[in-house]
Amino acid sequence: MRNFSLTRRGMLGATAGLSALTLGACGTAGPGSSSGDGGSASYWSLSGEPNETIYEDSVDAFNEGDQGQIELTFFQNDAYKQKIRTAIGAGEAPTIIYGWGGGGLRTYAEESQVEDVTAWLEEEADYKNRFVESVWDAATVDEKIYALPQGATQPIILFHNKTVLEDIGAEAPETWDELLDVIEKANSAGVAPISLAGQSRWTSMMWLEYLLDRVGGPDVFARIAAGDSEAWLDDSVIAMGEKVEELLEASAFVDGFESMAADSNTDQALMWTDQAALMLHGGWTFGSMKASGGDFVQSGRLGFGPFPTIEGGKGELTNLVGNPCNYLSLSSAASDEEKEVAKAFLKEGAMSDQVAADLIASGSVPVIMGQDDALAASEDAEYLQWVYSSLQEAPAFTQSWDQALQPTEAENLLVNIEQLFLGTLTAEQFAENMAAGKGA
Amino acid sequence: MTALSPATPQLAVTGAEAEAAPVQRAPSAADSRRPRGERVHISHVLFALPALAFFAIFALLPLLGVVVLSFTSWNGIGAIQFTGLTSWAETLTRSTTWQGLGLVLIMIVATWLLQTPLSILLGTFLAGQQRYRNVLAVLYFLPLLLSSAAIAITFKSLLDPNFGLATGLDMPLLKQNWLGDPVLVWGVLLFIIAWQFIPFHTLIYQGAVSQIPQSMYEAAQIDGAGRVRQFFSITLPQLKYTLITSSTLMVVGALTYFDIIFVLTQGGPGVATRILPLDMYLTGFRGNEMGVASALAVMLVVIGLGLALGVQRLGGKDASASQMEGA
Repeated sequence: MRNFSLTRRGMLGATAGLSALTLGACGTAGPGSSSGDGGSASYWSLSGEPNETIYEDSVDAFNEGDQGQIELTFFQNDAYKQKIRTAIGAGEAPTIIYGWGGGGLRTYAEESQVEDVTAWLEEEADYKNRFVESVWDAATVDEKIYALPQGATQPIILFHNKTVLEDIGAEAPETWDELLDVIEKANSAGVAPISLAGQSRWTSMMWLEYLLDRVGGPDVFARIAAGDSEAWLDDSVIAMGEKVEELLEASAFVDGFESMAADSNTDQALMWTDQAALMLHGGWTFGSMKASGGDFVQSGRLGFGPFPTIEGGKGELTNLVGNPCNYLSLSSAASDEEKEVAKAFLKEGAMSDQVAADLIASGSVPVIMGQDDALAASEDAEYLQWVYSSLQEAPAFTQSWDQALQPTEAENLLVNIEQLFLGTLTAEQFAENMAAGKGA
Repeated sequence: MTALSPATPQLAVTGAEAEAAPVQRAPSAADSRRPRGERVHISHVLFALPALAFFAIFALLPLLGVVVLSFTSWNGIGAIQFTGLTSWAETLTRSTTWQGLGLVLIMIVATWLLQTPLSILLGTFLAGQQRYRNVLAVLYFLPLLLSSAAIAITFKSLLDPNFGLATGLDMPLLKQNWLGDPVLVWGVLLFIIAWQFIPFHTLIYQGAVSQIPQSMYEAAQIDGAGRVRQFFSITLPQLKYTLITSSTLMVVGALTYFDIIFVLTQGGPGVATRILPLDMYLTGFRGNEMGVASALAVMLVVIGLGLALGVQRLGGKDASASQMEGA
């Protein structure tokens, strides 16, 4: 028989247990919605300078007015990507959602988690027309606009080290053959031809984006992004993969590139320590090379140019790939009052003239029309003007693949890209895997 | 109460007895060998309640949620759709699952083979009374204080082919494609994991070795046993149950290695280090396939429980019995 007898200790235990339970209950009942007076809206953005200060200033300036309050919270990039998805899924999204447009935005739009702002933009035509035309594509899902552009344009650029190129007797390549020539000369001179942080995978993806564009033109990926997975089997996708194989065979990428990750910026360090000739990277690396690379940028040793054309290919030298800009969406879960405050902020605060000026001062190109004078007056005028004119002249601006695609397909893509660059997948296998939706 | 380990009620009973009236002694000889905690006092139930409640809320409930999710398709934000066995079918037919499982098993065996002998030797060594051993012990335990993410980031920088140790120490031999070579990367991972966890297991063994009665060694010395003989005939057998505890922690721990690998390789190069727990995370939170990820999670739970039980079984039925009798 079991012996049940209540002792003093037993009572103590029971009380302790009960109080622990009540405490636990308090813990879960935590976040009460503390809405401020006079209307307020929450806004999540990404941490990291220089943008953090710029965006914080824009919010402070708006809050000083009488149109309501914006509560700004910053998150670290990778952490944000997961947190925002969880928050939206749980109905806890902020009023203003920071994002990248493309496939991620499409999943939010299809689940009716973000507001359709098409009609609002028609009313506010002046506001809409301030932006560079090409940025609206990635904000549009099925002919409707769900996000507003913000920040700077970040095309992918082929950077080169002028000192290294001069030493090996080569010039910045504008055709595929010239590129192969640079690779050969660099290898025989004992410097790395191309700096690439291959472990990060999206870094290798930038090569594929340009290769596919130059071989098959922008239409091939446009079909893929529109959901036509058969387009992965296009001949130009296979030709793209074969170009990668050709590069691997020529030892085009720095030794050990599979071990290098972009987050430590060692790929950029190879450039400013004169250990590599070329690097294909986002426009944002200009700023970080300027900050970390001693006088590398200031002394004019960093060169930049378009990605080479490929003979017989359809893509033009002026086609761009990369991130048009960042995007802000309105959460459908927000109250009408919150949405009003958020709209006022988006219209007057988020991309104000002050923000544009601050972005230029930080070495990037805001996606706003009529910046020529401001760019010409800036410290990095040569680079910024080149980016700005490239942006306006580009016949096509393909969005970065991992952002244009839906998240599941983007993850599959990155896994397959890494294997293509490791040489464990052939060009055909890569195309077949992607068409079949096969990931790791 | 049988689900609880026998040690807990035993302790509780002695405490309660000191307070309450002495309870009847079990008369039979067979019973006297067992701990007296077989009878359940209401206080035991009450004492266990908070723990059980927390366990139910924070372990069982989420586990149940994962089991339910494994029968759905969910992208993390949309509606959760019950799709029966679809997610399970996909989970069990994708090659990554089986590759990830294989890699996890390799991880378990390799970490155990690498860490156990080293931990036992170090633990035995550190159990000695000499002062310099205490100093060394403090040094050895340092990695235990560091977070996995910090360790991974540090090693990643040290192993960088262009700006890492090889350049810093000017030793070309160290300039390898450490994280980019599918074979080399395993050596790196096993080394770092051993570096991080051997201190912990050493600590366990050190404690166990210090508990072995000195009289046993004295007796062995009289019988003419040398150091090596003493180690194999006294120390090792006395460590049997510590070995089981440590092995359980290692085996189950290896099933959940995630942070270090995630930071160091993200499962790469290719899929060379995409072990099952990492695959689960990437599938769920990068690929947004919560159904498949949940099925993988259920697999991991089942495998983990099975392995933990299996290791316990190795120690015989009465794993908590004392070995000290007669000492």
